[in-house]
Amino acid sequence: MTGLLDAQEVSVRYGSLAALDGVDLCVHDGQRHALIGPNGAGKSTLLDVLGGSTRPQRGTVRFAGRDIGRLGPAGRARRGINRIHQRPAVFATLTAAENVVVAALPRVIPRRRWWPAGRRRAAQQLAGPLLEQMGLTAVAAVPAGHLAHGQRRQLEIAMALAGRPRLLLLDEPAAGLSAVEVGRLVELLQALPRAVAVLLVEHRLDLVYALSDTVTVLRDGRTLAAGTPDEIRTSPLVRQAYADGVA
Amino acid sequence: MSGEVIRRARGAVAALVLVGLVVAPWVVDDYTTALLARTLALALVGVSVALLTGVAGMPTLGQTAPYAAGAYACAVVGSRVSDVGVVQLVVAAGAGALLAALIVPLVVHARGVIVLMITLAIGELVVVVLGRWRSVTGGTDGLAGVPAVRPFWGLPALASDQGRYLYALVVVATLVGAVLVLLRTRAGLVLRAGRDDETRLRASGHRVAVHLSGAHIAAGAIAGAAGSVLVVAQQYISPADFGFDTSALLLLGVVIGGTASVGGALVGAALVIAVRDWLFGVLPGHAPLVLGALFVATVYLLPTGVNRARSRLSEAAAPQPDPPAAQERATVGEVGR
Amino acid sequence: MTAVAVGTNRIDPYLIPALDGVAYGLLVFVAASGLVLCFGVANILNLAHGLLYAIGGYTAAALLDGGWASLALALAVGVLAAAAAGVLLAGLLTPVATGSHLSQALLTFGVALAGGSLLVAGFGPDDPQVQVPATLEGSVMVAGHRYAAYRLVFIVVAAVLAAALYLVVRRTRAGMLVRAAVDDPEMVACLGVSPARIRAGVLAAAGALAGAAGVLGAPIIGPGTDTADTVLLLSLVVVVLGGLGSMAGTLLAALAIGEIQTLGVALLPAAAPFLLFAAMAAVLAARARGLAVRWRTA
Repeated sequence: MTGLLDAQEVSVRYGSLAALDGVDLCVHDGQRHALIGPNGAGKSTLLDVLGGSTRPQRGTVRFAGRDIGRLGPAGRARRGINRIHQRPAVFATLTAAENVVVAALPRVIPRRRWWPAGRRRAAQQLAGPLLEQMGLTAVAAVPAGHLAHGQRRQLEIAMALAGRPRLLLLDEPAAGLSAVEVGRLVELLQALPRAVAVLLVEHRLDLVYALSDTVTVLRDGRTLAAGTPDEIRTSPLVRQAYADGVA
Repeated sequence: MSGEVIRRARGAVAALVLVGLVVAPWVVDDYTTALLARTLALALVGVSVALLTGVAGMPTLGQTAPYAAGAYACAVVGSRVSDVGVVQLVVAAGAGALLAALIVPLVVHARGVIVLMITLAIGELVVVVLGRWRSVTGGTDGLAGVPAVRPFWGLPALASDQGRYLYALVVVATLVGAVLVLLRTRAGLVLRAGRDDETRLRASGHRVAVHLSGAHIAAGAIAGAAGSVLVVAQQYISPADFGFDTSALLLLGVVIGGTASVGGALVGAALVIAVRDWLFGVLPGHAPLVLGALFVATVYLLPTGVNRARSRLSEAAAPQPDPPAAQERATVGEVGR
Repeated sequence: MTAVAVGTNRIDPYLIPALDGVAYGLLVFVAASGLVLCFGVANILNLAHGLLYAIGGYTAAALLDGGWASLALALAVGVLAAAAAGVLLAGLLTPVATGSHLSQALLTFGVALAGGSLLVAGFGPDDPQVQVPATLEGSVMVAGHRYAAYRLVFIVVAAVLAAALYLVVRRTRAGMLVRAAVDDPEMVACLGVSPARIRAGVLAAAGALAGAAGVLGAPIIGPGTDTADTVLLLSLVVVVLGGLGSMAGTLLAALAIGEIQTLGVALLPAAAPFLLFAAMAAVLAARARGLAVRWRTA
């Protein structure tokens, strides 16, 4: 069954090392899909392939039915795939609101790039709701470089959503966050619009179970198991994998 | 709000300076007026340097190339085709933009110091070409005897230093205004974002190369237009006007003025040119020595100005968590301010 | 016999310029290798590089009197003076060492400006004459043509210098450090050598090379007010064309530039002003993506 994102037989080799070996992955519209596995399983590599920063030696990646194998990160972002990295990257000298506007531009305002008219109004219209959703209205006019780490993480999510993506790729979003911040992150992710599908790579199984509809387990570059969180939680195969590997 | 106060203060200062520039020809002598006109042309080139160096994050030592292209195109057109100022201006801007467009593929994929090297080499090579292409450029003797300019159809030719100066002022002020407007557009926003974090910009889906190319071509057009102002102001051009020294001086001026600030670039460029002219007048033999020392001193004295870690220039791969944005003079082309 | 004569006729007009091109190219190579070193190892954009060459050139003009001893003296003094200038430059760069390349460019430009002014103040604004050793003043027959003896000897000497440079870079520990630093600048810091020492060492070496080139090459690119600018430009073009990856690349680029400036001008006199520009544009355009990939860390 074809979904929104359809990766088939993806293989990535570095010399004699197979980081990914014939991996299939399917993410449907609006689905919350988690990717887990022990260290070295190939999760980040798969995310790199899906995001466009790594080209696989074999395999195809289709998005909304079209082969996107040739597109880099920019092209995929224009199609509606946005990736959020571990380290929040924002435009430091631009204000929070400007950050959101820039992120939205390729997909939301495709033309009239040169018109200076009503820039404040347009920025407000575009960025206001998202910043409010993320609780950043108070810092809308603050240069992003001055924001705290947690605020930057929120801004990055706002930026990722600004482009009205169809798929978000999240790479260990909880890394480096305190317990309180993780709680807030979970709230944010749970509140994401249902129109957006999410592929989440995460080490913390509690987050995975709280946030996802489907889970795929990778091990040594291959798919070990796939199913609902309950199925995965009780699967003896998965337990074995985590016991054996350095989880 | 101190930010508001600063903004109003800067606006007031800018207005004062503009008024001062307008009344200048009636206050100072002819020679100084002509000098001011020439300084205006160079300050406009400084704006194009700021556009690339500060706003787009691509430092350049080669804006003298489109500047020269514009100047020579204007001189040739002025001598043989039309003496209407607007026509010459458009031709000059077009020549600058065309040259920039030709150079763009060579620099658009390069970053940081490589761009400095390539643009420097190109700027120098253009000067070499200017010196040897005698048939068109008159070689090292330059071009003189360009007929007086009529600013617009129906207006009389500019016959006095005052007239030429006011023409230069109008052109430069208009173009600077256009640049300020352009910087407030979404394109300006995207350029600044790319300067901050190009990878992030790409990750949002922007075609970075397209924006950078656009910035180069726009900067080339501005520098080309400045070339036509130079022809009117000086009534004579030679390869010496477009040497590497000029590039370096303008870059220094832009850096002093705050790199990404258009107003700062104007002031900085004018200041540096004025100091150079003054030094050459006062110490004809040793001016370069003093000027060189001033370069070194300025670099030492302006650590934030020169050493601001622009993502494209700094060697660190990661963007600084807390850039000295507080010390940074607020840019003129800001959205939402 | 007739066949040989016909053959020589065909290559005749171009043999001498081609030979000149080799001389010119080798000179540019030795001079530019200093800049490659500076930039590749210490990540310094040294716009005072031309000045270092000029120091060598002016030393030659001052000390050469037609005897071999004076040549040896000029070489020694020129190399030392230029190396010392390099060390001085390294010292001046230290406060802004962690800054951007922009600050380096502006600072070294300032030094070039000031230094150039000092040289002109000391030697006057005219191009001083350089006297080569008397035995090399004449010309030598090459394939039926007269060619300046000095240039022929220069080609040999420069080739030896280039070979020596190659051996140093490939076979010595210092050379290994250089190659490693070009590959991975951060590694050098990890080795525990102080960056200030590296800067001083690299700039001294660059000065020595440029100074040697300036002394030996004075009859070819002689000292004058334009010399520093010319040599800087040529060195930059060599770096841009040849890349930083290998000495072979630098050598090829330098020889290409040499031939363009001599043989190229002879072959296409009408296009002479544009040749270097066109060559640079062509190479850059062809390597546009390659440049970005290779110099991503620069």
